[in-house]
Amino acid sequence: MSATAPPDDARATAGLRLPSAARLGIDRTGIELRAFVRERDAVIFIFTYPLIMMVIFATVFSGQDQSADGYGVPFAQYFLPGMVATGIMLTSFQSLATSIAVERDDGTLKRLRATPLPAVSYFYGKIGLILLTTIVQTSLLLVLAATVYDVPMPADVSSWATFAWVFVLGTTTGTICGVAFSSLPRSGKSATAVVTPVVLVLQFISGVFFAFFALPSWMQTVASVFPLKWMAQGMRSVFLPHDAQVLEVAGTWQHGATAAVLGAWLVVGLVVGIRTFRWRRRDDG
Amino acid sequence: MDTTRRETRSVIDVRGLRKRYGTKQAVDGLDLRVDQGEIFAVLGPNGAGKTTTVEILEGFRDRDSGEVTVLGQDPASGGRAWRSRLGVVLQDSRDQVELTVRELVRHFAGFYPAGRDPEEVIDAVGLREKESTRARHLSGGQRRRLDVALGIVGRPELLFLDEPTTGFDPQARRSFWELVRSLREDGTTILLTTHYLDEAAFLADRVAVVRDGRVVALDTPDALGGPQARRPVVRWTGPDGTTHAERTTHPERLVAELTANGALDGEAPGLQVEHPSLEDVYLELIGTAAPTTASTTATTTAPEGSTQGRSTEEVAR
Ligand SMILES: Nc1ncnc2c1ncn2[C@@H]1O[C@H](COP(=O)(O)OP(=O)(O)O)[C@@H](O)[C@H]1O
Ligand SMILES: [Mg+2]
Repeated sequence: MSATAPPDDARATAGLRLPSAARLGIDRTGIELRAFVRERDAVIFIFTYPLIMMVIFATVFSGQDQSADGYGVPFAQYFLPGMVATGIMLTSFQSLATSIAVERDDGTLKRLRATPLPAVSYFYGKIGLILLTTIVQTSLLLVLAATVYDVPMPADVSSWATFAWVFVLGTTTGTICGVAFSSLPRSGKSATAVVTPVVLVLQFISGVFFAFFALPSWMQTVASVFPLKWMAQGMRSVFLPHDAQVLEVAGTWQHGATAAVLGAWLVVGLVVGIRTFRWRRRDDG
Repeated sequence: MDTTRRETRSVIDVRGLRKRYGTKQAVDGLDLRVDQGEIFAVLGPNGAGKTTTVEILEGFRDRDSGEVTVLGQDPASGGRAWRSRLGVVLQDSRDQVELTVRELVRHFAGFYPAGRDPEEVIDAVGLREKESTRARHLSGGQRRRLDVALGIVGRPELLFLDEPTTGFDPQARRSFWELVRSLREDGTTILLTTHYLDEAAFLADRVAVVRDGRVVALDTPDALGGPQARRPVVRWTGPDGTTHAERTTHPERLVAELTANGALDGEAPGLQVEHPSLEDVYLELIGTAAPTTASTTATTTAPEGSTQGRSTEEVAR
């Protein structure tokens, strides 16, 4: 060996290849799942919050209708779509915005950054975890609504197709906005305090806890800027009868607007997320 | 120990490195060269700029100026292939506490093209009994061993250890040191930062003493500070009862002179010829040494048998 030659990459000459980003994404999903199920508080919150809300509201308002201008649907049926939408926002946006902030604070991200793990594999892992938890959580909610509160499930393919695209687009948008939002809290400890109020306010103004048509019009306008209102409306178009469109402010389900607003947030979240994502704490050199 | 240089290729090359935080010049024109196969210690007090330097080398922090090459690349632009050849043990770790030792080691092994066998790594760091324990429940020393396990599982050519034994009890440090030495035997180049002199003395082939972001001395532990810093000190008590101390390259000549001019009488109470310990040399280098003339207790007779007060002879390998 000469004294001046720069060290050559012994692995490259030995023909060794780095593992693929997709395979590592699957590995990451596995490890994310393990870590998730061991955070008992988070598991309980994510899976029971929508169920408990469903139980409380459906019980308190049992036998009542959400109605306007002589048309009404049973309360539980009107409440379910909002809860499905909220659940998606919790598992994607809220849990990701908090968990990435915590992982940035405690050094998980920095440690991963020191390895050859590709950034996309880290995000594949997050997406995998979110997909699985969202599917489980939504299924539990639908089962509860159908069996205990006799909410009719749609029987036609086109309703389930709508469900699928609202679910996938909503989850994706929530995930990406969660990544972007994770850079806002100054520390892992403050993450929950910063993220929770945002989520809570959106739930109140987006027609989740109260019927959207009954809200003041300025509140409706504000809510229309954010994704949750559109996710809830998209889910109502799945679980409410066709005629229930009269309960919407616009008088129709507005699928086009739903896709446009969710898509816009997806793009904005992506741009902001890519520009602001950091592997280390702000104060870390 | 094998102290001959087995390789002469440089793995790290740093010239004129500078990094400033506000008004604080954390790294102030630092030069380093680490050769393949050696354990190189960056030794200095807290705030000397060790972590800042190491994290620039690891590609985490941007530098203000200077030339830096790590494994043939500028760390600021190192990609996956480059990172697969590095092992990094950061100064502090409190992440991924819900996962067990074994899960973490196996998971990280999968990131690399030619990783070590995770089971062998768990044995090597002595965590076999704790393999099913979550990181949350490990002691400080065990957690550090896990950090090393994650740092070496990719079979790195170069391993960074930033203050790896801070907070260890003496026994844990000993066994940690043996682990680090065994990694060098496997051919890993190691850059270690520490503020413990004995750690640098025990482990390092070469030591760079860093103070205020600059290298103030660079040598093997035995030769640190150069001949000047290692001149013996002659201490004696004069006829009037005052104590004196003087540094000299020729202590016997000084004693003869003192006797000749009557500064020492025949009995010579308190006459001592003292060779500065490595600690004395180090403290002088980082600018916190007590002035020679004011010192009246001999370091070589320090009562505590601690590692802190060892003489050069004991520390030398
Ligand atoms: N992110 C930072 N922001 C501001 N000052 C910093 C930052 N990192 C280090 N410093 C300052 O730079 C100096 C060197 O710090 P550091 O490299 O951590 O020293 P060491 O690791 O030797 O203890 C210290 O004075 C420290 O306060
Ligand atoms: Mg440090």
